[in-house]
Amino acid sequence: MNVLLDNFPAFRDGFIGTVSITAVSSVIALVLGVAIAGFRVSPVPPLRYFGTAWVTLMRNTPLTLLFLIFFFVVPEILFPGMSPFVLGSLALGFYTSSFVCEAVRSGINTVPLGQAEAARSIGMTFAQTLRIVVLPQATRTVIPPLSSIFIALTKNSAIAGAFSNAELFGWQKLMSDKGYDIIPVFIWVALGYLVVTFTISGLFRLLERRMEVAR
Amino acid sequence: MKLRKSAAVAAIAVLALTATACGGKEGSAGDKPGGTKPGSSEAPALPTYTAAKDVDLDSPVFKKAKQRGKLIIGAKADQPFLGFEDQSTKERSGFDIEIAKMVAADLGFTEKQIEWKTVDSGVRETAISKGQVDYYVGTYTINDERKKQVGFAGPYYKAGADLLVRKGDDSIKGKDSVKGKKVCSIVGSTPLQEIKKPEYGASVVELAKYSDCVQQLLTKQVDAVTTDDSILKGYAAANSGKLEVVGEPFTDEPYGVGLDKDDKVLREAISKSLEDRVKDGTYKKIYEGTLGLSGAEYTDPPAIERY
Repeated sequence: MNVLLDNFPAFRDGFIGTVSITAVSSVIALVLGVAIAGFRVSPVPPLRYFGTAWVTLMRNTPLTLLFLIFFFVVPEILFPGMSPFVLGSLALGFYTSSFVCEAVRSGINTVPLGQAEAARSIGMTFAQTLRIVVLPQATRTVIPPLSSIFIALTKNSAIAGAFSNAELFGWQKLMSDKGYDIIPVFIWVALGYLVVTFTISGLFRLLERRMEVAR
Repeated sequence: MKLRKSAAVAAIAVLALTATACGGKEGSAGDKPGGTKPGSSEAPALPTYTAAKDVDLDSPVFKKAKQRGKLIIGAKADQPFLGFEDQSTKERSGFDIEIAKMVAADLGFTEKQIEWKTVDSGVRETAISKGQVDYYVGTYTINDERKKQVGFAGPYYKAGADLLVRKGDDSIKGKDSVKGKKVCSIVGSTPLQEIKKPEYGASVVELAKYSDCVQQLLTKQVDAVTTDDSILKGYAAANSGKLEVVGEPFTDEPYGVGLDKDDKVLREAISKSLEDRVKDGTYKKIYEGTLGLSGAEYTDPPAIERY
């Protein structure tokens, strides 16, 4: 208990750090992921190739390696002086977007082909078909895997702590450097993560119920 | 199908390229000490230690070590000139390593009877209190919170947070001139907490490893690296001609040998070894053969603290 009360401001900063980097990179991942899923099913070959390359590259590179590239290579050749928070959110968001993309694509595949054909036969463009007919139906199936992806993202954000971002797991390093017993520290860190991940799974449970349809 | 195949090939090629590019980057990150290596012919010779005979201590840790015929010493492996392990030869070198060997000899263990164990900062207390190591030598600052969990012999060296800058960068002269500068340190370290205070006005970059910070310093992404001067001296020595340590240390970090909390006998024995070896000059030789290579002058260590 003492370890938390004596170091509460640092713990709070860490918690806020974890929540904000999770939130920002979730938005990046969601927007990018859906867009790239669209690319992957689009009739335009270059877009499809780009989508495949993106997923292959981001999904198969270890996250730490992505962070290293973002922190040691990107500032040197592209954007010097970018804030660590932006760099961290981008690395985490790009990485997760590839998983979101594949989840969305699998959702799209569950929508019967007839739906898209019907949409096309009444004169809808590809973008309209996707936006008005296919994606709304795909959403239902995509929600459960997405909730797992975002929970994984929350925990992956711990890596951002090693790259100049304040977050929960970084608080553990601070405490153990000060010499506190490791077990209570880990319990508090775990509780902090649980709060975030339970909130996420709760939100998705709610969404799932809202979108429930008898099939 | 053909197109699909070539796309896959292209993707793999891109991946391979980024992977190798990054590998090259990491290789130059400065984890390996360059310049004069401790123990090499240009460096001042390191002392050799003769194991004391007929040592008998009424200490549980010592008795256990004697029984197994091996002394398990915890150390760091990633700090050049302090506690460093060459990954290709598995040889350890540095100031802390020499201190550990010296103490081991005074306890009656030859170099061959030492089993090294790499223990990271975060789990030092656990490793010591659970008996995974007999004692620990690795830039271990004595403080009150730690004393609740482990015992300390020493201090054998007085370090303090300092600044490492690029040679020729005259804009940083010490802690008072870091306003608006980018200062790097590792996540969770005490010097980092110190330099974060608003009175210094520095913008802080926190990375996972000191070698990452040194890399960013060399590529001019940060202006200074802060941590204990001993660690910085190690990096300055490893990158001689490119980096230097400036200013006066601005925190107090007395290094101790960490050991079991209740083993007063062993603590006294190690403290005595440290005291004797300072007196007979072995300690000075160790310093000159390791940390002294950075160009920083030798100073006498602080008095042993017997609590």
